[in-house]
Amino acid sequence: MAFDKMELKDIEVWDGNFAAAQALRQCQIDVVAAYPITPSTPIVEGYAKFLADNYVEGEFVMVESEHAAMSGCIGAAAAGGRVATATSSQGFALMVETLYQASGMRLPIVLNVVNRALAAPLNVNGDHSDMYLGRDSGWIQFDAYCPQNAYDLNFIAFRVSEDHGIRLPAMVHQDGFMTSHTAQGVHTISDDDAYNFVGDFKPMNDMLDFEHPVTHGVQTEEDWHFEHKARQHNDLMTKVFPKIEEVFTDFEKLTGRKYNIVEKYDTEDADVAVVCMGTSVETAREVATEMRAKGIKAGVVGIRVIRPFPFMQIAEALKDIKAIATLDRSAPGGTVGMLFNEMAGCMFNLEKRPMLCGKIYGLGGRDLTKAHLVELFTELQANVDAGKITTPLQQFIGVRGPKLSYL
Amino acid sequence: MSEMKKIKNLKEFSTSADRFEGANLLCPGCAHSIIVREVLNATNDDLVLSASTGCLEVCTAVYPYTSWDASWIHIGFENGSTAVAGAEAMYKALKNKGRLKQPDRNPKFVSFAGDGASYDIGFQWISGCMERGHNMMHVVLDNEVYANTGGQRSSSTPIGSSTTTAPAGRVSYGEKKNKKDMVSIMASHHIPYSAQVSPNKWKDMVKKIQHGFSVDGPVFINAVSPCTTEWKFDPKDTMLLADLSTDSLVFPLYEIIDGRELNITYRPKNVVPVEEYLAAQGRFKHLFKDEYKHLIKEWQDRVDDNWSYLQRREEARV
Repeated sequence: MAFDKMELKDIEVWDGNFAAAQALRQCQIDVVAAYPITPSTPIVEGYAKFLADNYVEGEFVMVESEHAAMSGCIGAAAAGGRVATATSSQGFALMVETLYQASGMRLPIVLNVVNRALAAPLNVNGDHSDMYLGRDSGWIQFDAYCPQNAYDLNFIAFRVSEDHGIRLPAMVHQDGFMTSHTAQGVHTISDDDAYNFVGDFKPMNDMLDFEHPVTHGVQTEEDWHFEHKARQHNDLMTKVFPKIEEVFTDFEKLTGRKYNIVEKYDTEDADVAVVCMGTSVETAREVATEMRAKGIKAGVVGIRVIRPFPFMQIAEALKDIKAIATLDRSAPGGTVGMLFNEMAGCMFNLEKRPMLCGKIYGLGGRDLTKAHLVELFTELQANVDAGKITTPLQQFIGVRGPKLSYL
Repeated sequence: MSEMKKIKNLKEFSTSADRFEGANLLCPGCAHSIIVREVLNATNDDLVLSASTGCLEVCTAVYPYTSWDASWIHIGFENGSTAVAGAEAMYKALKNKGRLKQPDRNPKFVSFAGDGASYDIGFQWISGCMERGHNMMHVVLDNEVYANTGGQRSSSTPIGSSTTTAPAGRVSYGEKKNKKDMVSIMASHHIPYSAQVSPNKWKDMVKKIQHGFSVDGPVFINAVSPCTTEWKFDPKDTMLLADLSTDSLVFPLYEIIDGRELNITYRPKNVVPVEEYLAAQGRFKHLFKDEYKHLIKEWQDRVDDNWSYLQRREEARV
């Protein structure tokens, strides 16, 4: 039974979840194995409804946990077809064991992670705490700032992940509620154009090719484990960025929308800049423009690809800036924020190092306001004027009670 | 169409398994490989297999070698069943879309797991697979202990067994809890077929596996797998132990159709006393001390009671 095409308007009003669900429909996913969790649930609900309405052909396996969701996705991907799922927060935490197995077996799977806080205390709102649980699992990780990105990056993720030279699973992150439940105008791609962009799934070492039986998920001890991990790491470090650049270029040709591994905004002549991810990027850009009108040369660096981490691109973007703040939307649990840490790592060998401080914001869905950012840019400028960091290295933004700062 | 093997005699049976190699790292006398060969031997159809983490997995797929000449996957300790369920879902999806490379094939989907990976850590995953109705078979290699990690108790370990985490000692007779009734639990998912099998009752076993392959939906098979290392017996006696387990009715052979109708498939002509089964294994050695001898009687009573229950269930046809 053939599926029906869907006529889309050039611009549809979609939230991030529905935008991702539409992208999965247009990619014609063969198997989705999923378990519902707020705020990502509408993505797989969307797939289920598309199936029910014959807008997609495939199998929806409604499993009993997120761990089983990824386990089912791994089995399905090993069988040789296009696979996707979605999750958030505690569910993502439950999946983590299997994330390593998916990447270690070099299986292309796309996972939409709608970022949300981790309990305790229990909280359903957006922050990036969950994102970091999977950051060393060998997956490619894209970050969406808005529903448009959530839609576009799914196509890009499939193209990169399924490439036979890459064959590594990919995540598309979006901010819980702020992106996932906020509707915006989303520029669409027609069903045909979208499918042509991702292309037919080309199986490799699939379990359903009975003429060529294959063993997946072997044991390797000290004599082979290192080689497997090193090869995987090498491919992440050397092959993935060129592929992403190529796919970004193809996507721009199709849609006119240009994506970059590191999204620079007004950084060329900036004295001060913030580095951030997710919805805060767009807020920061707006404030940076306002700061420029006040005479502070402000810029913003948005991280588009979290893994592999774009060390060189970020160092290049920041080398001439005098003072930088990283915005970490996760509780660092007894250390500096993840972004602060990685930024320090990529700038350490620069001849001229910017001053660097770390800000922690927005935990559990707390707003990051323009006023917070105005204060932050002003503080960074004060550091530039003083020629030294005048505030502690780590500070919380917008937390109730006394200001919390360390180091 | 489904292709079941026609097997006339044991010699033919023992030499016709060609998709699981004898070259593996399992202990001499391990029943796992015998059970696997018997399952694979029941069909000529293509196979999509998984193994959960355990003895079978670590001994048969050590890079760069594999003992499997069939599609095979291992993910983790708990989720081999769900891996096969995912592959089965993909098979259905690609079949409906006309994208199978060999559309005329009729593959069988089988997950192998030990009792730890089935009764304990993998319990939820198997329950999910059974409930969702995947066309797959889950086979438990039930050696009643975590053998791969060195002999810890599982919820399949029978009462009185001495294990590394429930050791017999000056004031303990070892495992205090009775074995979980996994077949009944799985049958309660109203799956088309569930059964207990023993590798040495090979005709009964092949019949059950073939029946399992012929039904549409999930199948649960619990296979007794005597473990030389943890049950502590001579490797040459594996089949003797398998026979003692069924002939003492400690491990009765039966099947449950559609989650309700129970058929006993093997009635020993001479029922062996439980004492004889226990005495043949080192793990129960301490039960023969004076202070624990009453436990042997309790063992016998429990086995008799269970046998009576199975017969009543069979008779009632409900």
